[in-house]
Amino acid sequence: MNKGLILRDLCILRDELLLIEVDYDIKPGEVLTVMGPSGVGKSTLLAFITGTLPSVFRGMGTVILNGEDITMRPPHKRRIGILFQDDLLFPHMSVGANLAFGIPAGGSMSSRGGTIDAALVDVGLGGYSDRDPATLSGGQKARVALVRMLLSDPNALLLDEAFSRLDAELRAQVRDLVFRVAKERELPVLMVTHDAEDAKAAGGKIIELESLSKG
Amino acid sequence: MLRLLPALTLLVMLGPVIAGLWGTVLPAFGHLPAAGLSGPTLDPFRMLFDWQGLGAASRLSLITGLIATLLSLIIVAFITAGWSGTRSFRVLERLLSPLLSVPHAAAAFGLAFLIMPSGWIARLISPTLTGWDRPPDVLILQDPLGLAMIAGLVIKEVPFLLLMTIAAMGQAQPRRSLRVAQALGYGRLSGWLKTVFPRVYSQIRLPIYVVLAYSMSVVDVAVILGPSTPPTLSVQIVKWMSDPDLSMRLTGAAAALWQLALVVFALGLWWLGERLVGRWGRHWIASGRRGQFDAPICIVSLGLGALSAGAVLFGIFGLIVWSFAGFWSFPNVWPDTFTLRSWDRHGPNALATLGETFLVAGIVVGLALALVLGCLEAEHRSGRSLSRRGLWLMYLPLLVPQTAFLPGLQTLLLNVGADIGRLPVIFAHLVFVLPYVFLSLGDPWRSWDVRLATVANALGASPNRIFWQVRLPMLTRPILTSVAVGIAVSVGQYLATLLIGGGRVSTLTTEAMALASGGDRRAIGVYGLMQTFAALVPFTLALLIPTLLWRNRRGLHE
Repeated sequence: MNKGLILRDLCILRDELLLIEVDYDIKPGEVLTVMGPSGVGKSTLLAFITGTLPSVFRGMGTVILNGEDITMRPPHKRRIGILFQDDLLFPHMSVGANLAFGIPAGGSMSSRGGTIDAALVDVGLGGYSDRDPATLSGGQKARVALVRMLLSDPNALLLDEAFSRLDAELRAQVRDLVFRVAKERELPVLMVTHDAEDAKAAGGKIIELESLSKG
Repeated sequence: MLRLLPALTLLVMLGPVIAGLWGTVLPAFGHLPAAGLSGPTLDPFRMLFDWQGLGAASRLSLITGLIATLLSLIIVAFITAGWSGTRSFRVLERLLSPLLSVPHAAAAFGLAFLIMPSGWIARLISPTLTGWDRPPDVLILQDPLGLAMIAGLVIKEVPFLLLMTIAAMGQAQPRRSLRVAQALGYGRLSGWLKTVFPRVYSQIRLPIYVVLAYSMSVVDVAVILGPSTPPTLSVQIVKWMSDPDLSMRLTGAAAALWQLALVVFALGLWWLGERLVGRWGRHWIASGRRGQFDAPICIVSLGLGALSAGAVLFGIFGLIVWSFAGFWSFPNVWPDTFTLRSWDRHGPNALATLGETFLVAGIVVGLALALVLGCLEAEHRSGRSLSRRGLWLMYLPLLVPQTAFLPGLQTLLLNVGADIGRLPVIFAHLVFVLPYVFLSLGDPWRSWDVRLATVANALGASPNRIFWQVRLPMLTRPILTSVAVGIAVSVGQYLATLLIGGGRVSTLTTEAMALASGGDRRAIGVYGLMQTFAALVPFTLALLIPTLLWRNRRGLHE
């Protein structure tokens, strides 16, 4: 089977103007970095891959994940995890409920609870299950968001400026954690960023987008 | 299923309006099978134009509507210009937002208790200032010019327009514009009027049109505060429509069409006024004048705003006092004795009526909320948002004068022999409740961060699961607020309950209005208070419930 995330002849248009063109195979454990100034539509590329492209855009091409064409699949059946620059923890749920939301259904309540507790311990947040997400620090929130995404057992990982809200020290820490986990689990990673540090830390191929729409 | 909801909602909202207009057109041209009459004939219009009061009634509708709208807009614009962002403004905003839910009839009764010759104001200044030792024989209430009525409309429309303005300002980034204008040497007021107001106005245009159409065709406020010989056109239409002689309905229907024409004319006039003021405004902006009367205008406008809020608040206080008043001789400021007699006498019936009021409101708001949430979710899933034309359709039921289509709807129900009662009343209320629920929930619903849906999707949650487990709970507060708005609108409905209910459905508003002509102030106090209570309690709950429910979730209170 053909593992990895394959972006075949992707292009995204707005008002018949070509915004982005990508054609690349991301292998398991590899990080592809897409760079470019804000406004060139880096996030639009991710929206196409997650299946949430706003209707003003038109996307073409094929997305293949682990050998399956998922281009037309509904967003919640794609099994592609995504992290944004904001943690986007659900504010009405406790930390534990946030994690439980992402774990695939099934298993007893106690085994689900055990999974959650163990995952929190892994990132140094043991005992945080009942906390209100709003009471956590920025770095803690970022880690919870990462754990939530990993517990949903994704087959690929998208990072949308995921580290840009964190301060320099925290940023390196969280970034290393994310890349390490991705490598361990052999997840193909697509990262969009405008930060050269992020790109360097990723250590993979870098695609520079430029404004195709401007003259 | 979900995809059909927007169409269904439009049908529920516009169907009765269109059917009602049709039901007005038929009898207006002499066609009324229920009375054994068939048209077409122009006789109803002949009868209408033969009525001596027509000129005065039309003039009254037109002038009170235009002046009330203009006055409310000016007060709101100047208050916002002079004070937005300050502490006084926030206090005023907090004072005015609950007042929005006070039913028009209750506010009008309260105002009447303040300004009538034997009212509180006269009592306060008598006999020291006036020398009156009994109520003077002057026509303050129901004055032929409709001044009391204009006041009654303004105190209710100022909160409405102010809140609409505040909502509109969120998108206009007024602070930055104002700072730039001030750096260029403009005063607060002229700076705001020149840089922010034009953008805000284009956002509150439709609400202003609603205020104008409403003010011209309002019935309850006109009955309480408006003149009676002749009354305003809308009141006369209701009189004709409830005449035992069925043929009077023909004249009533013709008058309803005339009323519609008047409202269209007034809206046209307003539109023309917008053009003229806009032209003058551009000239004013280009002139570069920095404005000289900023400070006094600011103070006067804040005073008027406080006066308008105070009139409603003290009016409600008046209702309370009257409902507990025993003997109360003029010019005493307080009743000679306090008693529970009025509550003993009217309380049980008022409580039963409260039950009926809440039953109708509950069903109406439940239906409205289901439709609105369905529409918003369909909008979210299809990725197509409400167009400008869609927004106009949303406002349409509020722009067509009630007196133009409700009588027709009643006649239509009569003709087909439909059971007049609670069910038709519920659908009639829905016409007015739906737009308000939609408008109050639409903005918070759309401003929810859709990346949360993307994340939930990525975690494997289906659209339905996201709707029920993420979006709904996160939006508890705005949803409950829109429910409260819907209940307040339903509670305040007078004409829809009166005409469509055929006298068989009585809510607190129809009961209170039935007391209006009798002049039993103690009974009016009881019913007016219950009416206010019925509208205010849901608002209090809408504030309280999310605070308790999410007391351990700080992220939902920011």
